[in-house]
Amino acid sequence: MKNTTSSKSVNISRRQFLVGSAAAGGGLALGFHLPFGVSTAVAAQGDGVAEINAWVVVKPDDTCVIRFVRAEMGQGTRTGLAQLIAEELGCDWSKVTTESITAGQNLARKRVWRVMSTAGSRGIRESQDYVRRGGAAARMMLLQAAANQWQVPVGEVSVTAGVITHAGSGRSTTYGKVAAAAAKIAPPDEKSIVLKNHTDWKIAGKPLRRLDTAAKLNGSQVYGIDLKLPGMLHATVKDCPVYGGKLVSFDESKVAGMPGVKRVLRVNDSTVAVVADTWWRAKKALDALPIVWDEGPNAKVNSASIAEHLKSGLTSNDAFADINTGDAPKAIAASAKKIEAVYSVPFTSHTTMEPMNCTVKLGADKAEIWIPTQNAEASLAALSSSSGLPLDKCEVYGLDLGGGFGRRIGNQDVVRQGVAIAKAFPGTPVKMVWSREEDQAHDFYRPIAQARLAAGVDDGGNLTGLHIRVSGQSINAFANPAAIKDGKDRRQLQGLWPQPHDAQIGYTHANLRTEYAMRNTHLPVGPWRGVNTNQNGIFLECFMDEVAKLAGKDPLEFRRSLMSERPKHLGVLNAAAEKAGWGKPLPKGVHRGIAQFMGYGSYSAAVAEVSVSSKGEVKVHRCVFALDCGNVVNPDQVAAQIEGSVAYGMTTLHSEISVANGRVVETNFHNFRVMQIAEMPKVEVVLPLTRDFWGGVGEPTICVVVPAILNAIHAATGKPVRSLPLGKQGLTLV
Amino acid sequence: MAQLNINGRSHQVDVEPDTPLLWAIREQVGLTGTKYGCGVAQCGACSVHLNGEVVRSCSIPVSAVKPTDRITTIEGLSKDSSHPVQKAWAAIDVPQCGYCQSGQIMAAAALLAKKPKPTDKDIDEAMSNICRCGTYHRIRAAIHIAAGRVTAETDIAASGRPTV
Repeated sequence: MKNTTSSKSVNISRRQFLVGSAAAGGGLALGFHLPFGVSTAVAAQGDGVAEINAWVVVKPDDTCVIRFVRAEMGQGTRTGLAQLIAEELGCDWSKVTTESITAGQNLARKRVWRVMSTAGSRGIRESQDYVRRGGAAARMMLLQAAANQWQVPVGEVSVTAGVITHAGSGRSTTYGKVAAAAAKIAPPDEKSIVLKNHTDWKIAGKPLRRLDTAAKLNGSQVYGIDLKLPGMLHATVKDCPVYGGKLVSFDESKVAGMPGVKRVLRVNDSTVAVVADTWWRAKKALDALPIVWDEGPNAKVNSASIAEHLKSGLTSNDAFADINTGDAPKAIAASAKKIEAVYSVPFTSHTTMEPMNCTVKLGADKAEIWIPTQNAEASLAALSSSSGLPLDKCEVYGLDLGGGFGRRIGNQDVVRQGVAIAKAFPGTPVKMVWSREEDQAHDFYRPIAQARLAAGVDDGGNLTGLHIRVSGQSINAFANPAAIKDGKDRRQLQGLWPQPHDAQIGYTHANLRTEYAMRNTHLPVGPWRGVNTNQNGIFLECFMDEVAKLAGKDPLEFRRSLMSERPKHLGVLNAAAEKAGWGKPLPKGVHRGIAQFMGYGSYSAAVAEVSVSSKGEVKVHRCVFALDCGNVVNPDQVAAQIEGSVAYGMTTLHSEISVANGRVVETNFHNFRVMQIAEMPKVEVVLPLTRDFWGGVGEPTICVVVPAILNAIHAATGKPVRSLPLGKQGLTLV
Repeated sequence: MAQLNINGRSHQVDVEPDTPLLWAIREQVGLTGTKYGCGVAQCGACSVHLNGEVVRSCSIPVSAVKPTDRITTIEGLSKDSSHPVQKAWAAIDVPQCGYCQSGQIMAAAALLAKKPKPTDKDIDEAMSNICRCGTYHRIRAAIHIAAGRVTAETDIAASGRPTV
């Protein structure tokens, strides 16, 4: 780790930081999230505040300001990273505050804080090593400073909760007292840094309270939508409701006299904006604005035509095989019993509770944006390209997100729109906020997919072969075509991959084939919490129950027979089954379903307990999860993510995004029904950690939520559920 | 012009009569703890108390609010986050992203004012606010803690949440 910055230069640069300070220790002090300027907490300290390295700033009162760049969107990454750094630092946890770094700051210091992108469940697992090293290096420098002061070998001093002691002489001091001297010491050699074993952890690994809760309880948390800047104007937009369509014209004269309206303007080929003195006035004028659209070539597309398009991919000759072991089709054809099934999963939307928004201020030589973003560096690049100003004249102030789920990561559409609007008002900040309707209609949806699965079993009930053909839309084809190598988009088979470590299929067999046929639509698609493990988990795990039934085997036993070469997959499956009491009696009418799958470097299994009434009312009573994410930083927050994955997954039992006349039908919560508290089951979690790796947490479990529930419905009704949402089967979640 | 009594203070707001109470609170009064989520009274992010009853402020025009009506927003629920609902929310870290939580807390506070010991069924019926992070599991637990049915410690012990 490079660290050459003196405390003096830090005092200057810190004034430009976006502040994300939060109250430490769960006390009543409030966390302030200021849109710009300096943290009130830090500013009050004045000089004597010392940057030990990029990750750690120590103040004279022993407060340790821990800094990083990953986005906080509710997943608890800020608290988790602070725990890891504080653990190695050896500070007093009750004196920890946090500070977020801007994209411009990171760039100016040659990306000393490294990756800002917060997606793919990477926030902890892919930064844990370097942030812990940062904390350890800071500890070594602080101890060295004390040893220098006392003129004793550093090996004779030790630290507990930020208090440094020299046992031989009985002297003691604190981090705050030696910080200024420590900041002048050269950082230690990387090779000399030894990280603590998890068995010695006192802060990491513990279910500590989050650092960012207090401001979320009293209205003081400032989200992007809440930002206030002097002289700010407000904008809202309408994009052509049909993707691929164009904005032909609009009649500004009809709204120009409405209260507060400043300007009606064309944002891009397909979008119009109204700018006013308040958002409500802008919204009202936009709703009243006569707009002429050219709906273009997609105006006749509907869900039925999309389904036919995907269906063609189930039997076409254009698929590629990823796993092709033995000869699955031949083995299945020769089997005593065989089964074939077609599954389908619709588009769905992210629907973050905080609608898309950003605030842009463009000056002659400075472009600034305030935005809830999962990737401030991508926002910075988009700000630079759309404003025409070089990167070092641009700045991104990332605010904590009111939900991310993948919507606010790759495509920086919001930045481009915000900049196009702000160009009409040089020097004036303009906040653009989408309506819920706009947010629903212009998402990057979870891809639609179908699958044809075939399997055979012999007279002994053993699997003879398994053949999976997935047909559906490709995220890469829309978002990143360069990632498709040799025309094979393996990403759409996520979770069915043969390779270990990230999203490996949990079964091995002598006759196994997985295939993908790309069938794109005009709707834009993108990553949605869990991405392609969602539909692939449903396809594989629901079909496994169908095959187990054909084989006359218990679903758990049938799976186990195929998992001898997958000990970690098997480990979570067994742990979930044991915790849930698989095989033990249940109340009358309650049935179990089980599923396992891998994603984001972690192994997940779930058991759901479900009853189905004669009227088709589905009640999910209890879900038990086992997650092996290797190591855990905050088990209570891991549980929170698993609980959250249940709700996010279960909404796909209620709702879909469908298409009529080329446009999205479900434009608000009246027809995109989101799961509510009454439908939430009891959630229990076990963490059978194997410790030899670091896996993700935010996404891995979502891919077993739905298949476990669908398998329980199958057990209850005797009929497999092969398409979503449940309404298509005459079932309702209650 | 309209006169609004919010958190015990009277505010003159210069808005059209059809302006939703939500936007008068956010844009004229400047209290942004009350959130916009849907604009059609479906999600509850905009929940405030009107004379002690929880209402969805996105769908109430300011013309329907009298100067004597008492409006309480999340900022006015307590001076120092000491309302039992806020304390219970903190005790078990209910919020994730936090965006919907102002509305969740206002709905829970209104429920407890009417039913100091709500059952699970009462909670199911009263709490129709949407949370996309999926904090429902903890919202239910926190309401029971706020009601004094359980302590945070016993809830955590019985929650099925892991310890390592």
